[in-house]
Amino acid sequence: MTKGVAHSTAEPMGLSRWLLRGHSAVVYAFFYAPIFVLAFYSFNSSQIVGKWSGFSLRWYGDFLENENIQESIWISVKVCIASTLISVVLGTLAALSIERFRWWGQKAFDAVLYLPIIIPDVTMAVMMMVFFGEAAELFNAIPGVDLTQGVEKLVLSHVAFNISFVSVVVRARLANLDATMEEAAADLYANGWQTFRHVTLPLIMPGVLGGALLAITLSLDDVVVSSFVSAVGATPVSVYVFGMLRKGVSPLINAVSVVILAASMALVVASLVLERVTSSQKGK
Amino acid sequence: MTVAATPGLEYQAERARSRRGFLLGLPAVIYLLVFFVIPLGIVVAYSFATRTRTGRTELTDWNIDAYGRLGESVVRAVAFRSLWIAAVSTIICLVLAYPLAYFISTRRPVTRNLLLVGVMIPFWSNFLIRTYAWRVLLDSDGIFTQVVSGLGLGDGRILFTSKAVILGLVYGYLPFMVLPLYASIERIDWSLVEGARDLYASGWTAFRRVVWPLSRPGVVAGSILVFVPSFGAYVTPAILGGNKKGLMGSYIVDQFMDARNGPLGASLSVVVLAVMLVGTLVYFRQGGRNL
Repeated sequence: MTKGVAHSTAEPMGLSRWLLRGHSAVVYAFFYAPIFVLAFYSFNSSQIVGKWSGFSLRWYGDFLENENIQESIWISVKVCIASTLISVVLGTLAALSIERFRWWGQKAFDAVLYLPIIIPDVTMAVMMMVFFGEAAELFNAIPGVDLTQGVEKLVLSHVAFNISFVSVVVRARLANLDATMEEAAADLYANGWQTFRHVTLPLIMPGVLGGALLAITLSLDDVVVSSFVSAVGATPVSVYVFGMLRKGVSPLINAVSVVILAASMALVVASLVLERVTSSQKGK
Repeated sequence: MTVAATPGLEYQAERARSRRGFLLGLPAVIYLLVFFVIPLGIVVAYSFATRTRTGRTELTDWNIDAYGRLGESVVRAVAFRSLWIAAVSTIICLVLAYPLAYFISTRRPVTRNLLLVGVMIPFWSNFLIRTYAWRVLLDSDGIFTQVVSGLGLGDGRILFTSKAVILGLVYGYLPFMVLPLYASIERIDWSLVEGARDLYASGWTAFRRVVWPLSRPGVVAGSILVFVPSFGAYVTPAILGGNKKGLMGSYIVDQFMDARNGPLGASLSVVVLAVMLVGTLVYFRQGGRNL
């Protein structure tokens, strides 16, 4: 694989070269212009989104005073933290189990593990809704379990798709590490847990963190599955905003959107920085 | 690795190791069994179940009536409209993304990474909000509408039409096309192109006979990554397409929410799932594991 591109052959000449550059500039503008317009209008003092009538932070003030939104953000944060923790543990174990061991039924498990990644949102949402409808009574018979509560259902369904995403990311990391380090630890009489704790875990940590970031993002972004399983009093912010913006455009939603967008971009930047740190550690 | 003294011991060690691996995976196996496989099974069962007069789904009198209804003109129209919108969105994404991916792959490493970050940020940003941004632009006094109408490029009022849905899908899923295309163009061995040029192939011929075939896995992967979610899209049509229930995603939701026809909704979900499975199989066939 040649990394250094021979520019004379790769880059077209003359007019097509400029067309290629112009096209790329237009596509980047297409990516970012809508976001900037949205952010710009969130600082508009007017009630009407399209009419600029001066700079104001009034909508951000409204956002801070809106208790429903605040509450829905707390629901989202709770669901996000719980589902990320559970799916990181289960997903990492699943990744280790598939990548480092061979057992009967593994192939089938591997195939099922891919399904939540590729399944369309709507199908997943229908599955979870129908399942909780049919099985809620069974679960509620178990003492201490109450599946009429929305938060539990949200956490359970977010974990159902996040395990797969976490395990894919951790597996990618595991596949790039050869098992000799772990074998060396075992040769030096480390038991299974010690090997995992002192050798495997530090090595796969970037993958685990990457998986966690992905799980956080997916949990916060999810609208379709969440709106099917959320109950009254447990509306996550994505579902709340979705409900608001189906009614139409308002400067308040713009302000909320900018906050959500800023949060999700902060996560991207965090993950990119993390990736840089990791790849420099690998000494590549 | 030490050599085991007897084959029996080695076999036992192998068994123990395999059991340990299974136990590690067990929590996830149980979780996915309960919260994924069983729900999927219930949906499949629903698709063969009976709808009572009150709109409840009874898991008795198994039948394939719901699948029979897929032939009805209403359902067929929804399916074809979804297929058409997904196909058009995929083609537009490909046309926009290919030159961009080519451009990024042929930059110097530093520029290339920066340009890639430029694609990653929208890829990771909140999809709902990015779609809403177009709702603002396309509003009757929105910038898009005013610019398009002002420049005399035709009627800019496309909100709540299929055009707006396609625009939203292209905007939402374009990064899903750029990234796999980039991955496959970036690893092309450019000495092959040089060889073609040395043999007097024109720039265009070299592209068509060398670069394009080598980037095929990326084209297939990107197309599937755009087509599959577009086909089952729910959020984009809901925000940009108005309340018309003309697309697969919203039609399925409608069956469960308003029409209370569980079996039909379930059978449509199974169809969407099948489309996605076929797509994924093609994806793996093409060796496109590289996102």
